[in-house]
Amino acid sequence: MDWFGFLFLIEVTIGGLLSGVMYALVAIGFVLIYKTSGVLNFAQGAMVLFAALTFVSLVEAGVPFVLALLISAAIMVALGFAIERTVLRPLANRSPMTLFMATLGLSYIIEGAAQIIWGTEVHRLDLGISNAPFQVAGVFISTFDLVAAAIAGVLVAGLTAFFRWTRTGLAFRAVADDQFAALAVGLRLDRTWATVWAAAGIVALVAGLLWGARLGVQFSLSLIVLKALPVLVLGGFDSVLGAIVAGLAIGATEKLAEVYLGPFVGGGIEGWFAYVVALLVLLIRPSGLFGQKLVERF
Amino acid sequence: MSQPVLEFDHVYAAYNGAIAALHGVSLTVRKSEITALLGANGAGKTTLLKAASNLLPAGRGQITGGRIRYKGRDVTTDTPHAHIRNGLVPVLEGRRCFKTLSIEENLTTGAIGRGLERAQIAQVLEQVYDLFPKLKLRRNSLAGLTSGGEQQMAAIGRGLMARPEVFLLDEPSMGLAPLVVVEIFETLARLNRETGLTILLAEQNSAIALKYAHHATVIENGRSVLDGPASDLAARADIRALYLGGTPEPVRI
Repeated sequence: MDWFGFLFLIEVTIGGLLSGVMYALVAIGFVLIYKTSGVLNFAQGAMVLFAALTFVSLVEAGVPFVLALLISAAIMVALGFAIERTVLRPLANRSPMTLFMATLGLSYIIEGAAQIIWGTEVHRLDLGISNAPFQVAGVFISTFDLVAAAIAGVLVAGLTAFFRWTRTGLAFRAVADDQFAALAVGLRLDRTWATVWAAAGIVALVAGLLWGARLGVQFSLSLIVLKALPVLVLGGFDSVLGAIVAGLAIGATEKLAEVYLGPFVGGGIEGWFAYVVALLVLLIRPSGLFGQKLVERF
Repeated sequence: MSQPVLEFDHVYAAYNGAIAALHGVSLTVRKSEITALLGANGAGKTTLLKAASNLLPAGRGQITGGRIRYKGRDVTTDTPHAHIRNGLVPVLEGRRCFKTLSIEENLTTGAIGRGLERAQIAQVLEQVYDLFPKLKLRRNSLAGLTSGGEQQMAAIGRGLMARPEVFLLDEPSMGLAPLVVVEIFETLARLNRETGLTILLAEQNSAIALKYAHHATVIENGRSVLDGPASDLAARADIRALYLGGTPEPVRI
């Protein structure tokens, strides 16, 4: 491989890693809810769409950027509380499949509501982040991707600190560990669930803005759930760290496969290669790279 | 005799709306006493304790009849959270520590459930460490990696963090070495003596339970069948043979 070939490899890898951050962002929304309530929230994609549409519609209506951001965040928190109160609490103690089906239905309701409220056309979303690439030692890096990665990094650091050092965070981890014991200790499961749904709403807003700025705010945005699934399989459904590492891995693998394997099979690998990886992981390591293994002495 | 603090009045309970587990159990727990709840496997001890904390619905069970009164007030439908706030604190069967949390974090959850502030948490934490010095040594270990005895101490400590007035313990001796069981019962007895903590204790190990308890109730198939001072029950060989796993006299024909 010559020098330019090597630079190109680096460039593709970095591009892949940075887009992987975006996958991780969507996956974290899933992990938060799955960890505490065992619910695989299929509506996470619809929440991403709803958040992006809310924000874009506010901006288009002339609301200043920061205010629109605050209002959208408030709406997502309210949506999270509402979902917990009206859908999950009445279904507490039901089987995981029942809960999964409920969130599947919920995703259609949210998408439909978004369509009724905000309409169906594609919106352009400009976050004011430059899209021009810059060059470091001969390697081109997208400014937007780098900023997006930084924002995601700050969000993850914030969430981690919250769960590590606050009392609410400790309650969250206790509920995630043993729901019945948490109930017996006097922790309020409903409050914990409401908090994580609200947190998932905020994560959805951030993901929606970044993805929306990249792809335009449109209904296919809710399909990024399908990008998050292989990430979850690889990282483990209950690990925030796993979601990040797996997001990066899937992002890089996808791009590298597209560039280096694509030509041999006629291209178009990027769309499905992540699922090949997920399938292999399921065969070899079903709980994912970072999925919870039993902490127990025998 | 001291005044009643926790009263079960003809309590009926069932699982899945059909499988009856309690058929009208009545039991009175008196203030600052240790009351032992004895009976064989499946007699309904765990169900009765869960009923007292309103934890049955989480396991698809429910109280189908009767009343539970705490300090004279009907608390049958109070939430588990409200029970803790009122000082009625359960320690579950099988310890149920949060395995992925450290010992200290496990203890802290108990105080959070009671709604204590940071300063109070630090204070109660020191009291629990005084009581169980082993826990202090292992404060930063993940609970899942500690021994069974340490997990039982952590579970009891977690309950104590909620500043209980009435402590409901389900099988604290389960799966533990005899010396550890004695250590745990000595600590409970000390708490009862020194702080006046009221304890309701479900046990299959009737010998040790009767040794430390003031009062005992035997239940069988979801009904109370015997009730009296622990020393009387311990002295009667026929009771031990019939209900508490003693060796019955051979039958002569």
